[in-house]
Amino acid sequence: MASGILTAPSNPRRKAHPWLRQSFNRHTLRGAVTLVVFVILWALVVAFKVPYLRLLPPPRDVAVSLLQSVASAGYWANWWISMVHIAVGFVAAVVVGVPLGLAMGINRTVRRFVFPIFEVLRPVPPIAWIPLAIIFWPTVSLTIYFLVFTGPFFIIVLNVMDGVREVSQNHVRAALSLGAKPRDVFWRIMLPATLPYVMTGMAVGMGVTWNVLIAAEMVTSATESGLGSMTWTAYTNGILPVIVVGMLSIGVAGYLSSALLRLLGERLMPWQRRI
Amino acid sequence: MSVRGLGPDAGPKAGPDAKAGGDISIREVTKIYDPDGIHVVAVERCSLEIAAGEFLVVVGPSGCGKTSLLNVLAGFEDLTDGEILLDGKPIAAPGRPVEPGSDRIVVFQNGALFPWKTVLENIVYGPMVQRRRELGRARQAARNLLAQVGLEGIEGSYPAELSSGVQRRVEILRALINEPRVMLLDEPFRGLDAVAKSVMHQFLLDLFERTRLTMFFITHDLDEAIFLGDRVVVMTTRPCCPKLVLQVNLPRPRDHRALGDTRFLELKRAALEAVHEEALKAFRAGERELA
Repeated sequence: MASGILTAPSNPRRKAHPWLRQSFNRHTLRGAVTLVVFVILWALVVAFKVPYLRLLPPPRDVAVSLLQSVASAGYWANWWISMVHIAVGFVAAVVVGVPLGLAMGINRTVRRFVFPIFEVLRPVPPIAWIPLAIIFWPTVSLTIYFLVFTGPFFIIVLNVMDGVREVSQNHVRAALSLGAKPRDVFWRIMLPATLPYVMTGMAVGMGVTWNVLIAAEMVTSATESGLGSMTWTAYTNGILPVIVVGMLSIGVAGYLSSALLRLLGERLMPWQRRI
Repeated sequence: MSVRGLGPDAGPKAGPDAKAGGDISIREVTKIYDPDGIHVVAVERCSLEIAAGEFLVVVGPSGCGKTSLLNVLAGFEDLTDGEILLDGKPIAAPGRPVEPGSDRIVVFQNGALFPWKTVLENIVYGPMVQRRRELGRARQAARNLLAQVGLEGIEGSYPAELSSGVQRRVEILRALINEPRVMLLDEPFRGLDAVAKSVMHQFLLDLFERTRLTMFFITHDLDEAIFLGDRVVVMTTRPCCPKLVLQVNLPRPRDHRALGDTRFLELKRAALEAVHEEALKAFRAGERELA
């Protein structure tokens, strides 16, 4: 069907991207039906003035507001700022977290030194860092980067550490038996074997990252913009449709960043895609 | 390059190659594990001479210490006492650092192909990390090997896409491309169904006919042991040392018909008795440990 049209006939190996192929099928159609029903229910709730939900803006107002937003540069500036916040904090968490997780997984001494601190700090919700972060970091941007960093950081480190400890001893021994040096074992066995755990840590971490980012942006909304700040400002100004537009945008942004990670995972781990 | 006996001109009668070696001498080897003060004697004063080009099969009850012996042979673990020589040179002795090497390659139970590498990348892993040979030539050699055993066309597949029988064959080729002197096989066909197993036996016997590498093969399947081996060594239960050595005088090349041979059945009866005795001992020892 859709895949047939999208497949380049000259090269049979090159198929349409899975994302495109998956976009048009029975299952997504079912999802679309649910979405339509949801919007209808929403319209009915507004039309019948259901108690407590009386102030809910009707879908039409939200749609109009959405169109206005999409046409304005300020809206996209907010997108851009949130994406930069996410990218900087998240990349920092990966860059610091993966090596630390590897070190903790490989070296027992490192693990014993670092792990107790982890056990104490890990259960602290990233949002609880907000006051200290605001006090300590000189600029609002740095505060937000730091808060975003704390979200995925612990998750990534612990996943990578577990990943290293799950590396099959048979794989290590097979490599040694085939003449590998410890350096080869690290680069060619440990790293690829832990990669799925790195990607899992990043995927789970990404979910938390948006939670933290939006909370951080809302708290700092007087000085820093972003989708979270846009939503909060709409609230303080009492513009209800924009609140909903903000929420929807955050949802889409979160979805896009997770999809991006999934694509990255498929690219980096072709052996998992083809199974 | 061509793997010994698998080159284009090497006929089935290439036979043992005296220069290639592969002579193993296990002398009074003892292996004691001492984790947290619990003294476990896995192997005790075990001596075995394996001639170059011999197919030696070791059988014994599970947990008897066969794998410990193999790990010491492979250089994964040190030994407590005794020494092991490969072609007259010591490869393991007390206090000597462990060093695995591509002269004696291990094929593991449950398989140990790297799932993140394609078949071709798996096979050239040895030449690649040894940095002895140009990678392009190693790839060509790998393709030749695959073609010679009728597995062309799977170079680009990942192990998870292959049946476990094909995976085991690829794993054996991955060892073979390094021209080892000895192959150490630790229950390599465990978990395969009967049909796949018999295909694998034929595959390994063909390889053996062509390469005449020294084989050190661990199993607890007696049929497999007698069908494949020149000699079958039945091990005692922990601590592990040879209890019974059976010379398998079935002619080579062998095929499935050997399984019905009267000599085969006699050997099996003798082996069964010895194994049963040890299995009972292991069982009672287990009961004692539990009590």
